[in-house]
This record gives sequence, C-alpha cells and structure tokens, in this order.
Amino acid sequence: MLSADDTIFALSSGQPPAAIGIIRISGPRAGQALEFLTGSLPKPRVAALSNITNMVNGELLDSALCLWFPGPNSATGEDLAEIHCHGGRAVIRAIETALEQIEGLRQAEPGEFTRRAFTHGKMDLAEAEGLSDLLFAETELQRKAAVRNAGGALSRKVDDWQQQILALSARVEAELDFSDEDDVAPGQAAVVQNSARPLVEEMRNLLQRPRAEKLRDGIRVVLGGPPNSGKSTLLNALVEREAAIVSDIAGTTRDVIEVPIALGGIPFLFIDTAGVRESGAETIEQIGIDRAHQQFSAADIILWLGEEGQGPALDNLIEISSRCDHPLHQPKASTAFTLSPVSGVGMDALVDHLIIRAKDILPNGDQVSVNARQANLLSIACDNLAAIVDEADYLIVAEHLRMARKALDEITGKASTEDMLDGLFGKFCIGK
Amino acid sequence: MSQKFDIIVVGGGHAGCEAAAVAARMGVSTALVSFTKESIGAMSCNPAIGGLGKGHLVREVDAFDGLIGRAADAAAIHYRMLNLSKGTAVQGPRVQADRKLYKAAIHRMLGAQDDLTIVEGEVASLILSESRVSGIVMADGSAIHAQAVILATGTFLNGKLFRGEERLEGGRTGEAASVSLGQQIRDAGLPIARLKTGTPPRLDGRTINWAVLPEQPSDDDEWTMSPLSKGRTVPQTFCAVSRTNSETHEIIRGSLDRSPLFSGAIDAQGPRYCPSIEDKIHRFADRDSHQVFLEPEGLDTNLVYPNGISTSLPADVQLAFVRSMDGLERAEIVVPGYAVEYDHIDPRALDRSLRVRDLEGLYCAGQINGTTGYEEAAAQGLIAGIGAACAVQGKDAPALDRGTSYMAVMIDDLVLQGVTEPYRMLTARAEYRLRLRADNASTRLTPMAMALGCVAAERSQWFDERQRERDDIFSALDAVHSSEDLAKLGINVRRDGTKQSLFQWLRFPNITIASLEDLEACLKKGDPDLMAEIEEDARYAPYLERQESELRDLRANEQIRLGDDMHYAVIAGLSNEMVERLTTAQPETLAAASRIRGITPAALAAILVHARRRDSRNMAA
Repeated sequence: MLSADDTIFALSSGQPPAAIGIIRISGPRAGQALEFLTGSLPKPRVAALSNITNMVNGELLDSALCLWFPGPNSATGEDLAEIHCHGGRAVIRAIETALEQIEGLRQAEPGEFTRRAFTHGKMDLAEAEGLSDLLFAETELQRKAAVRNAGGALSRKVDDWQQQILALSARVEAELDFSDEDDVAPGQAAVVQNSARPLVEEMRNLLQRPRAEKLRDGIRVVLGGPPNSGKSTLLNALVEREAAIVSDIAGTTRDVIEVPIALGGIPFLFIDTAGVRESGAETIEQIGIDRAHQQFSAADIILWLGEEGQGPALDNLIEISSRCDHPLHQPKASTAFTLSPVSGVGMDALVDHLIIRAKDILPNGDQVSVNARQANLLSIACDNLAAIVDEADYLIVAEHLRMARKALDEITGKASTEDMLDGLFGKFCIGK
Repeated sequence: MSQKFDIIVVGGGHAGCEAAAVAARMGVSTALVSFTKESIGAMSCNPAIGGLGKGHLVREVDAFDGLIGRAADAAAIHYRMLNLSKGTAVQGPRVQADRKLYKAAIHRMLGAQDDLTIVEGEVASLILSESRVSGIVMADGSAIHAQAVILATGTFLNGKLFRGEERLEGGRTGEAASVSLGQQIRDAGLPIARLKTGTPPRLDGRTINWAVLPEQPSDDDEWTMSPLSKGRTVPQTFCAVSRTNSETHEIIRGSLDRSPLFSGAIDAQGPRYCPSIEDKIHRFADRDSHQVFLEPEGLDTNLVYPNGISTSLPADVQLAFVRSMDGLERAEIVVPGYAVEYDHIDPRALDRSLRVRDLEGLYCAGQINGTTGYEEAAAQGLIAGIGAACAVQGKDAPALDRGTSYMAVMIDDLVLQGVTEPYRMLTARAEYRLRLRADNASTRLTPMAMALGCVAAERSQWFDERQRERDDIFSALDAVHSSEDLAKLGINVRRDGTKQSLFQWLRFPNITIASLEDLEACLKKGDPDLMAEIEEDARYAPYLERQESELRDLRANEQIRLGDDMHYAVIAGLSNEMVERLTTAQPETLAAASRIRGITPAALAAILVHARRRDSRNMAA
C-alpha cells in the first residue's frame, strides 16, 4: 500500500493540450516543493505569479500562477499547493518531472486527493461519491444531480430514514426487553408494521428512479428496424446536427454502435443496432436478433424505423417515419414522427420530444438519486423492512430492522471497511 | 504482621465472590476481604436473580463454572421464564431466591474452594507507589501484599442514603461506608462520578391480604439456572400482583416536594429503566396504574419485596401510599425504602479485563463501575478475576468480543461508552443476540473456560458428555430426507419432492427433533434442553449465517491495534468532542473505536492512517 505520508501531485485539469494546466500538490512536503520550484512560498490563499525553474539545471520551465493552502484549511485537509501553468504537454511534463525529482513526492493514485479529503474529515462517503459523479459530470443535468449529492441531500434522506427506523427498533426492543415488566403496552407489532410500509414505499420510489450512473451514461435510445430502414442516416443526422458531442464514438462492438450525444443539456446514448440482420448464417442471425432484443429491453426509448407495428411491443417505442421526402414514402399512423434526416424536416420536433421524454425518465433537478452501490444497500434496507410486514416473531423483526439500519449506515459510510474505500476511490480520475 | 497472596479481592458481594472464586479455581492464591464474613454473599436489594438480559449473564458466568447460577438454584423458591411467548434468544430465566439459602450456598462453595482465604476486616487504603498497587492496608494497620487488587466495593464508596428529609452515610442500611478508601481513589486521579439507585420498602407478609390478589405461581417446567443443578430442591412458593391506583398516585404527587429526588438533594442520575415510583408518576403522568409484584424474600421470613415501588419518600408517605393499594390496606412496613447516592469510577479508565489502565495491578468490578444488578456485578467479577489471574500467571486473558457473550457486550459498552445512568444489561444491547442465547451459554463459553483452567471436574465431565451427544445429534441431522419421508411421519409439509438435511427441515416451526425421531435412531434419547437448543439453532440458521459474515468483518478490524499510545489530539480531522471521547476511552482496536458514539467513518479513516504511520515508524525505528 502506498504511504499516506507521501506528498502527492498530479495534473488536476483536463488532458493537455489546453489553455491552462493545474498541477496540485498535497501532503506534508507540498510547501517545500512549491518553494523549491519557485524560490519562495506565496502568502496563504493569495495567487502569486512566479517563475518555475528546474533546480537541477536552472532552466526556466514556465511562468505560472501559484497558490498555497496550508492544512487543515484546504480541499484535502493537508498542506496543498497549486501551480496554474500553461497547458501545453511539454510544459506540464517538465514540471511533473521536476516534482518527481523531489524526495518524498510521487504521482497521485486515482482518487487519492479525494481519499485524503475524506480521510481528513472534509466529506462523508455519500458526499465523496457525489463528488465523484460531479467530476464525471459532462452535462448540466449531471452537474446538478452531483452537486445535490455532494451537498449531502442523499445523506440527509438516509439520516431521516435511519431516525425513523431507529424509532421502530426502539418500539420492538421495548417490547422485547420491557413488556414483561408492564412498562410497555403490548401490541407494538401493528404500529411497527404499519410505520414500515410508507418507508418501504419511499425507498422503492427512490430505487425506481434511474441510477446516478444513468445521468452519466445517458438515456439509452435504441434505433431499431431492418437493414436499410434509415437508422444510420438518422443517427448521423443527430450527431452532425449537434455540435455538443461529448466524446468520441465509444463502445463499438461488432453488432452495435453507441454514440453519446447531449441534447438540451441532457445526456443521451444512441444505440444503432446496425448490422444485426446482415449476416446470412442462420445461427449468427439468431445471435444478432437476440442482441437486438437485449438492446430493446434495456432501452429507455426505442425509435422504430421499420414497418409500423413490427417493432418490439414495448410502451417506450416511438414509431418513426423517416423518409418523408422519399418518393416511395408510406406514412405511418398520425402518432408517428414524420421526418427526413436528409432535409432536416421534422428533426426539431423529434429532438424536442426526446428531451421531454428524457426529463420524465431522469430525476429532475430537485430529486435525489442513487448510484449502483447505494442502490444495492438501499435495496437491502428496503427488503429487510418489507420482510417485517408479515413477520410475527419479534426477534426476527428486530433483526431485520438492525440489518436495515446497518445497510443505511453503509450508504453514508459509517460501517466502511478499507476494501470498500479502496474500491470507491479507485474510481476517481487522477488528480481530482 | 503482614500476609501475602497473588490476588486480593475487596468486597464480598456478587462481583467480589465471583472474582475471588474464579481466580482460586485457576489456581491462584486469593484473599477475599470483607467487613464481616457474615455479609459475604448477601443480596442487598431484590432477592431475585436473572431476568431479561440478566438471565443470560447468569448462564454465562455459570458456563465458566461460576457461583451465581448454582447458588440461585440452591435458594430458588420461585422460577419464572420471562418472555416465554417470544424466541428463546430473548427469554430470561429468573428466580426468587431465599436470602439465607443463597448466602449459605455461596459460603458453602467458597469454603470448599482451594487457594481461597477469607479475610475479615475493613480496608483502610491501597498500598500504592509509582502508579502501582501492591496490596492493601487494613484498618488495624496490618498490610496484605499481592500482585493484583480487585475492588468490588459496590456502593460502599462515599455512599449516602436518602429517605425524605433523612440523610445517612453508608452503602446499605446499617453498614459503614468506605470513606477513606474512596478518598484515596479520588486522590490517585481516577475519574469519579456519582450515580443513584433506590430500593422499595420491605413489607410484613403476614399483613398482606393475599387472598384478594392474583397469584403468580412458579413455572411448572423443571428448568434450572445452572445445568449442573439437580432440579428444584427447595419448596416453591408464589408471588402475587397488586397495582397502584389513582389514590396512590394522588398521595405520591402530593408529597413530591418531600422527595430528595425532586427537592434537588440528589442530583446524580438514576436508572431510566428502573425508576422510582415517584419518578414513574411524575414522568408518565398519563398512566393511572403500575404493576407491583409482591415477592417473598424467603421461606422462613415474612419479609416481602414489593417490586416496582422503589422510593425515597419519607416513611409516613411510604406507608400511606402502600396502604392505598389492593391487598395492602393493612400492610406494615418493616424497613422503609430509600435512595442511595454513591461514587463510581468512570469505566472508560479500564481496559477490557477491567484493569485500571493508569494504575498497574488494580482492577474494578461491579457497581463501582457504574452498573446495577447482581448479574452485571457477577459477570464483571468473573472477567476481572480471570484478567487478574491471567496477569499473575503471565498469560493473555481470553478475547471475548461482542459476538461471543453478553458479558463482552457489557464490558465493551462500559469501557468504550462509559455510563450516564446505572448500567443494566438489556437484550437490545447485544446486536448478535440471535446467537447469544441463555440456552446455549455452555456451548458458547465452556470450551473457552476449560481451556482457561477455571472449570472443575464435575462440569468438565458433564460438558464433554454433552458435546459428544451434541455431535451425534448434529451428524444425525445431516441426513438428507425428502418431503415425502416427512409426510409419511404425519408431518404437514408440501409434498414437492424437496430434499434437504433434517437440520434444514427444522427451520419450519412445525417440525421438531421429536417429530423426526423415527427417521434417525439417535434422535430418540437426547437431553431435552440440548434438543431445544439445537432446534433453535436450526430455526435461526439463515440469520446466524448472515451475522457470521458481519462478525468476520468485526474481527478483522479487531486485529488493528490502537492501544494506549495514540495521541488523538494531533490527528487532523477529529473534532474536539471526538478527541475527548477517544482519549478517555483509549479504544484498544479500530473496531472498538468505531463503536464509540459520534466517531464518523472519516474520523476512523484518519485514525487508521495515523495508526499505520505510527506502526511503520515503530517498525523503522
């Protein structure tokens, strides 16, 4: 295990080249390192322009803004320095190399800055996860949701449940430990079971919301239809139309093309099932169809470009009539979208409609959402609460309540173990 | 003149007796010092042993071959299994004990114990030099030397009695308080706080109109506190139940200003779960009646203990409100009730063997640590006795964690959280209570006790035989049978061809070992208590398995040692409150630190990092 005694550094801004590069240094030797590079330590929390020099050969590396945050009043809770230099690859590499030569300094591991902030009590686990999502947030909506969790909205919700479950536990324990002494009226079971029901409902509601990752991964829009029904043309039109492509085409497999696109600040993942039925061999054909069906069942929205009524029988299917300018165009029923990716006719209406549908599917700006880890724990809590509704044995009721409390504790990190923290923090971008 | 022992135990109550007895059982020469020999083994309050949570402690002490369970059986005039309608994990065996018979049984067992000497007299002070305790000085000036001293002085330290406007010095009525010893402990810098407890008036049973009161007979089942006791040897009697009423409450309400609890004379914290009657009426004003159990104190005494009306009101008010209750219209009070305020040591100054961290050779057990109850005292006596004896013998005390016993739960709570009211055992305190049942205490703990060398031959033999029988039953229950096999026996199961082990079949509430005995011969004979224990294991097996993985995590964190040399104030990220709590309790492991109230995960991570840093420095050095 890497020592927490080390002073760590990393590029905290985006990948070079960029207009500016921010290198963060955190740990006991951060001040010393900054002094080494610039010859002096600026006043705490005041930006100062300094020359960065390679102390080995005296070469001037860059002229940069430097900031100095003595611990514990820093983002990580440790001594922290920031160098805002020019964002070219060569400059950044040169400064990083110079830092590496200082004894006791090393490159940060993924998530290590956040882990140190967590270690020094700057945030709890749910907040840390919120921050993790914030760092990944690429759209406005993702950012809002991440800010909400980082601000402790999920922690507050969980605390509230925790308090309510504690109150139920107290009733059951009173029955177990004191009913024979006549201090407690018997018949707490009905009260406890009735109070558990709305909690189960609330938790299920939250669990039914899309996961926080959904905000990151985007609304899954699957384009379906036989070969040559215009899927690729539509997809290309959507891609070309939006300047805001958030990353390169990713996740390309033999059968499926996934394209992330932000529309109106909402992340979408368009999935083209192109190639699905283009193979002649029967078994491969079958595999292709199975895959297409998997895509359909995982889709948030299906755009069906095939013959009307021939798509999968799912509620989230939208019939698209995509060649309105084609001489052989056969319009679908009036509920379908009629458009032409080539001329652009009807495209605005489709995009507007997708955005409206997406807002119903994604948590709106005011809702708390959970990621997969949190959802898993929340399901455990929820299942345990649901289990007491028909349970007559008080001991078992008490045990389920205890396990529900424990699961909620783990959401906010109370029952954290080192492994869990390692797993969590390993997810972070380096230097954040 | 001076004497020398390995261990001196000061105080002959439940804690002192168990501490002295277990140390002697382990072969360590032990002195038990008491004001008078006569007062050893006295039950100073309610003559009942066991109850919810407390019954578990009795069985656990008994599993270490302790005294309390067998003495209770020898004196029991009334048996009652509390919570019988609920799962065995929360059932609480409880007996009414005849005071004289109980004391006689304790004297008999102590008298028969090798390596144990009873010393009569008052302890004036500890022999203390450079933070090391090496013996005691008696009031007559004689010294007794030892490697370890266990203080089990109950409420005797700076005890003060309150009854209405009356004030008396002393622990129990009619006995002197250990004022000088108390002062010395204060001067040695041990953290001291005050608590209060109370006792009800004792009634003359001949003046109670039993005929009009509902009776509570002794249980029919032949269960005993200790599995070594041979049934019920003493005639069984019955208790009766009366109730307070609106007139009772009126009398008490009208006299609250004369109660030292309300006049401000006592400001120490009393127990929330065992409040005085004036407290109950004040705090639960909506209740118009409280149950009062009338419990006979013995076979050849007329004293009756009215359980539920502990009070420190003046004697005339006590008489008036007692007589307002059904069946007590002509009752006479023999000894009025009173409240006791007393010093206790903040148990966070102790480690897990109840040793005072800052005074080498000194241990504290029982009420002195802020607990209440005979059973809590006895369990602490046992742990302190084992800890001191292990120290004398130069071996490690056994590691009891919260997954093994109620005793460990209690000690963990005491040394980490401290007390804000007299600490009483509750089943709710034991998060792993499904596995910590009163009925499986021997299975859980006797092997550890035998390895420790504190179990006499009689129990060892009994236990070995029982284990053999248990193994046989378990292997018989491994046999796989189908639902059809069970249906043939007339058991109501769904005939869906399910095949599973008999142990798994026992998960269904309608299936018992007895109902399966035609399938496996060895299930026919067994000891019914053992069968019941195994059935309960089977019933809760899925839950026990889940707890097993939780316990693995717990035990992993118990491996990360923190110890006494942690300087919490220098760890960044800890609040002042956390630093104060951690510094006071000095948790021995990371798991222990995680249980201290208000310690957040972020704080734990910071503590862990600090500990790792310290360890790597130490290793480098």
